[in-house]
Amino acid sequence: MDSPTPHADVAARVPDRFVPVPTLQPGHSFASITDQISSIVLKRKTSINWWIGLSLAFCLVLLMLYSISALLILGIGIWGINQPVAWGLDITNFVWWIGIGHAGTLISAILLLLKQKWRTSINRFAEAMTLFAVACAGLFPLLHVGRPYFAYWLMPYPNSMLLWPQFRSPLAWDVFAVSTYATVSFLFWFVGLIPDLATLRDRSRSIIWRKVYGTLAMGWRGSAKHWHRYETAYLLLAGLATPLVVSVHTVVSFDFATSVIPGWHTTFFPPYFVAGAIFSGFAMVLTLMIPVRKVFGLQDFVTMRHLENMAKVLLATGLIVAYAYSMEVFYAWYSTNTYEWYMIMNRMKGPYHLTYVFLIICNILTPQLLWVKRIRTTPIFLWIIAIVINIGMWLERFVIIVTSLHRDFLPSSWGMYYPTFWEWSLFIGTLGFFTFLLLLFIRFLPIISIFEMRTLLPEAEAHHEEAR
Amino acid sequence: MSKQEHLDLASFRARLEHGDENRFWRSLEELSNDEAFDEFVKKEFPHESQTLGEGVDRRDFLKLMSASLALGGLTACTRPLQQILPYVRQPEDVIPGKPLFFATAMSLAGSSAGVLVESHLNRPTRIEGNPDHPSSMGATDAFMQASILSLYDPDRSQTVRYIGDPATYGDFLGALSQVLVQLRSKGGAGLRILTESINSPTLGNQFQTLLSQYPKAVWHQYEAAGRENVLEGTRLAFGAYVNPVYQFDKADVVVSLDGDFLTQGSGHLRYARDFMGRRKVRLDKQEMNRLYVVESMLTGTGSVADHRLPMRSADVESFARALAAQLGVSGGAPPSSSQADFVAAVARDLQAHRGKSIVVAGEHQPPVVHAIAFAINGALGNAGSTVYYTDPIEESPIPQTESMRQLAHDMETGAVEALIIIGGNPVFAAPADLNFAHGLERVPFRAHLSHYYDETSALCQWHVPRTHYLEEWSDARAHDGTVSIVQPLIAPLYGGRSAHELLGVMTGEANEAYEVLRGYWRSKLQSLDFEKSWRKALNDGVVAGSTLPVKAMAAGGTLPPPTQNPGGLELVFKSDPTIFDGRFANNAWLEELPHPMTKLTWDNAALVSPRTAAKLEMGTENYNGVSPLAEISYKGRTLQIPIWVVPGHADDSVTLHFGRGRTRAGNVGTAKGFNVYAIRTSDAPSLGFGAAFGNLKETRQLACTQLHQSIDVKTLRGERDIIRVGTIEQFRRDPSVVPETEENKVRSKETFYPPFKYEGYAWGMSIDTNLCTGCGGCVIACQSENNIPVVGKDQVIIGRAMHWLRIDHYYRGRPENPESYHIPILCMHCENAPCEPVCPVEATSHSPEGINEMTYNRCVGTKYCANNCPYKVRRFNWYSYSEYDIPGRQAIIKGESFKAMRNPNVTVRSRGVMEKCSYCVQRVNAARQEAEKGDRRIRDGEVVTACQSACPGEAIVFGDINDKTSRVAARKAQPANYGLLTELNTQPRTTYLPTLKNPNPEIKAG
Repeated sequence: MDSPTPHADVAARVPDRFVPVPTLQPGHSFASITDQISSIVLKRKTSINWWIGLSLAFCLVLLMLYSISALLILGIGIWGINQPVAWGLDITNFVWWIGIGHAGTLISAILLLLKQKWRTSINRFAEAMTLFAVACAGLFPLLHVGRPYFAYWLMPYPNSMLLWPQFRSPLAWDVFAVSTYATVSFLFWFVGLIPDLATLRDRSRSIIWRKVYGTLAMGWRGSAKHWHRYETAYLLLAGLATPLVVSVHTVVSFDFATSVIPGWHTTFFPPYFVAGAIFSGFAMVLTLMIPVRKVFGLQDFVTMRHLENMAKVLLATGLIVAYAYSMEVFYAWYSTNTYEWYMIMNRMKGPYHLTYVFLIICNILTPQLLWVKRIRTTPIFLWIIAIVINIGMWLERFVIIVTSLHRDFLPSSWGMYYPTFWEWSLFIGTLGFFTFLLLLFIRFLPIISIFEMRTLLPEAEAHHEEAR
Repeated sequence: MSKQEHLDLASFRARLEHGDENRFWRSLEELSNDEAFDEFVKKEFPHESQTLGEGVDRRDFLKLMSASLALGGLTACTRPLQQILPYVRQPEDVIPGKPLFFATAMSLAGSSAGVLVESHLNRPTRIEGNPDHPSSMGATDAFMQASILSLYDPDRSQTVRYIGDPATYGDFLGALSQVLVQLRSKGGAGLRILTESINSPTLGNQFQTLLSQYPKAVWHQYEAAGRENVLEGTRLAFGAYVNPVYQFDKADVVVSLDGDFLTQGSGHLRYARDFMGRRKVRLDKQEMNRLYVVESMLTGTGSVADHRLPMRSADVESFARALAAQLGVSGGAPPSSSQADFVAAVARDLQAHRGKSIVVAGEHQPPVVHAIAFAINGALGNAGSTVYYTDPIEESPIPQTESMRQLAHDMETGAVEALIIIGGNPVFAAPADLNFAHGLERVPFRAHLSHYYDETSALCQWHVPRTHYLEEWSDARAHDGTVSIVQPLIAPLYGGRSAHELLGVMTGEANEAYEVLRGYWRSKLQSLDFEKSWRKALNDGVVAGSTLPVKAMAAGGTLPPPTQNPGGLELVFKSDPTIFDGRFANNAWLEELPHPMTKLTWDNAALVSPRTAAKLEMGTENYNGVSPLAEISYKGRTLQIPIWVVPGHADDSVTLHFGRGRTRAGNVGTAKGFNVYAIRTSDAPSLGFGAAFGNLKETRQLACTQLHQSIDVKTLRGERDIIRVGTIEQFRRDPSVVPETEENKVRSKETFYPPFKYEGYAWGMSIDTNLCTGCGGCVIACQSENNIPVVGKDQVIIGRAMHWLRIDHYYRGRPENPESYHIPILCMHCENAPCEPVCPVEATSHSPEGINEMTYNRCVGTKYCANNCPYKVRRFNWYSYSEYDIPGRQAIIKGESFKAMRNPNVTVRSRGVMEKCSYCVQRVNAARQEAEKGDRRIRDGEVVTACQSACPGEAIVFGDINDKTSRVAARKAQPANYGLLTELNTQPRTTYLPTLKNPNPEIKAG
């Protein structure tokens, strides 16, 4: 062809906004990707900021341990929960953390199956975030019981008394849902890491690290057989993980939906919770990814396209959540049920009305800004919106749990719930624990999947040479 | 050594001759053994004589501490002085695990009610009513139930004290006899004895003996919340003290003049039983009595009223006079225009029921109102039919306030040389203007026999611990004069002495209460075989034939002219409904028992109507228990107390409950609440005017178990079908009273899981809300039976009260005069219980007999069941409330002694487990054992739950609903039977019967 392709001419006339932003900035080679990502772990000096961050996070870990010790020694009475609000910040935080964990599996599994290539640069990070969030989430149901030393009774294990958990209870389902989720998420994350661990093993100059990464890489040599098996396993795990995206939060929502309490007893809780979870999960990925991308100079790999895509997911799930909120109100009205309608009125006008107002501001009004492309593509705005959504989703769980419980059927039993220091300290402590684990992850493992990033290069295409 | 230079050898010799010759001595100085020698040693060997006060070095400190620890430990090895022997032959009736019941009686403020005390291996654990006793009929009130807690209270005084220091009873007797010898020579002049109202005939007899020995001695009596007004009223009406006894079972129409005869005062349990007996409306008994109540503060009686008119207590007299005038009683006065219609209607109703009506006045109303009531009863021909009179049940009644005033005066002038205070706590409870404490300190010899080392004891030289009624021999008259022998259930736990013993010592007669008592009754029981009648009296709990004979009283005399009524804001002083006059302040059950109307615990407040609160600029709502603090200036005294708004309270009236604000009550009751006695004066013991209110712009957090105290069910955006109310007319037209509606009907009884089959028993309960006054007796009965802990004010504030049974209080209508409803709520034992499927470890499960059972051992504490309970009857052990095991928190009921009190058949729950009403499953199982021994079914009435047994109104009935002949099945067959929240398909086993009113058609509603 001696003349320029007509397409090039057309391309020149296409307005900028229709030109897709690449998922990988042009100009990279296999080597440069590997270098840049692995250098964060292998070459770069541990920055003083990392140390400061880790120290601060560790202080919060200590706060968490302190709060847990106080709880175990002094008893659950140190929390503000009471009769009628027997679940408070504990379950709020549990649901919030579990929700955050959702982005990981969604990005890893569903987007993989849907062949959304842009997921590649964020999945590793999102999966790690999922794991750490589930670890935080798991603490709360364990600690919120009156006798945590007997919490293992919720597990089905053979015993001389022939006692089993009660399988009619959503809490028993929770045990299975959350533990399965944690296991599969871990496997998925770890399997995905194996080729990169091998890369780190090969590139590491320290003998100790070579041993560590080598052990973790489980003898990966990158043979065609390995790749074949790896890909089969990864796809299978993705298939396994996919239903979990839906199941975990569905089961968590059953804790509420199967009860009789107005504000909980709602059939649409499962989809509502799943959408909310994805909403909050993506918000958390953005909250964390934007600063990490900046600090480690990963703009080439986590491009504006990623941020924008995630913003779009936020907008979409935000709209689902908004729909759920309005349906909650509509059905309370439509049912003509005294208790349901009072529950809604009480949420809007009762003593906790501010939480509801902020919930609407954070979760419904704020995400609407994402309709504007300029905001969607400005990391700082996106970051602020993501944080607001995180707060909003926390408030959502608080509103569902506390405002439903504090005034239910018999007005004589109505009460108020005020969280105590110990409830806040445990929550803040888990935030620190989460950050602590993330910082360790950033320092010791590749936060972006190296080998998958390499597949994004034009060179990875089978017919690359011919195209050239 | 200058002083010691010349040793006094003569004194040594004298010493040696006094039996010291075997002593070893080192020096003559030592032998002289005097202070100078000690001084010498100190100077010569300062190191040896160093004392702790001068500072200790580390080594000595450690030495001392370890030695003290070791020695302290040794005290644990002390053995009781008495010999204990195992049973060689087991006593016939004492079987471990099987309680015995002993009949005795509890006296309060000059009247008593018979009780049966449950005793496990000689430990009394619980109080039941004595069905054979005319004042109890098997029912108990909160005071009686809670008295078992006071028995074991480790804060009770445990030793005789002299000026605060431990002494012996012998020391006291020595001092006392010295004083008595002196006084006897003067004929007893200067000897004063102060007691509470005495309703023990034996003690009265002992007093007569004492007074005959000391003719110039004076016996004073004072009861802060006693029946003085009633007795003075009888004197005004009849010229002599008599005891009015009412027969509410015979009355069709009852008018209460500010009286709370259903929940307070002499005979109230019997009165409630009789009165409520006339309100059990069933298909086969479609009639009920009618009750009019005029009162200032809403009471249990006022809640039940068919017509309630809130009015200032001071206006009740004019109301009574208006009523009297309408009924042709002399001394009446025309009614005020606003009340004219009401008064006329009530009068016509009374006229129509001559001889079948009762007019009764409240104990805090002045004597003249009582006199008017007696006159009206006389004019209506009720005297002799529904009201009769006997001699007073108190021994030697006197005008008590006057007597107290006299005593205070004599103490100030120095005329009192010795004051023996038997019971009571006058330093705390005496009228403030008498300045009792000041006078008391001028008495040369003062002694106090009391249960606690209290405010009065602290100002007396001598304090002697007093026996609890479960530790002593005595006797007591009931509201109709029937005498019960009070027998001890246990040897005095803390070495107390009874009043009989003290009187016995003073009179020089027998000083064993048992001997005194038997001696008295030997002379009284005109029976051939004293031992036989004595044993029968002990067994039955009543002395046969001791009921006082009816006295025919002609209502003579003219009523005094109307009392000046200054108008404006009045203060009404009343005893506290849960801790009475302050004597139960250290009883944690009663402290935490919610006030029947306000649902306040641990505190008292100035109770006012919403309008008065607004007028006083004190806000009109107590949101979340936060209450504005007011300063009441009254007769030169001030009182700081929070204001609490009570819908239905009369305007321009402030009700002050006295009894709280103790300074020496014990660990539980000290500094709880506000001391109203501080402004209560002898010239206005129950009604006062001229108080000024200042808003201190401060708030106090009060502990209220029902946060929104003025819950008007209708304002909750749509009707909540909780309280069902109808009139007797409605009932006659349609016995379901409230027909099933689209909202409240059970659409389908289908459940996801297969239904239970109840082939044996199916336990169920029915509560007739029409018979409930909200008194709270059942709450304490449940607490006592089921070892329910007390949590303390801070925990109540954050919503952690543990009562398995609570009494919900709702208002309906205008806040000026709303209708008031009580509904006892306990576990509904749903057939389709929301709590059961949600428990992940199946700790709460369904018994084959339909009881929703908690397995405490299996409970992990997820609290899911509590969330999912629509009735919110589940209670969680946030802390180890029965026995704190963490630093920084103290159990309210703490002490080893309480372990003996606990019901051995009910588990004491640990931290982190859920608990709730079990339908007294331990009683069901006890009955089952008996039935299975006889190879028969459990009979109806054989299982009586604790709440059921306590209820004076018989509102609660429990039994087998599979047995169609059972009382509970009969109640549930009533068309009006309804369940709470049945639209949720919970299918509760506890169901209710609606409240019915019998309004006078002549009176417009409201």
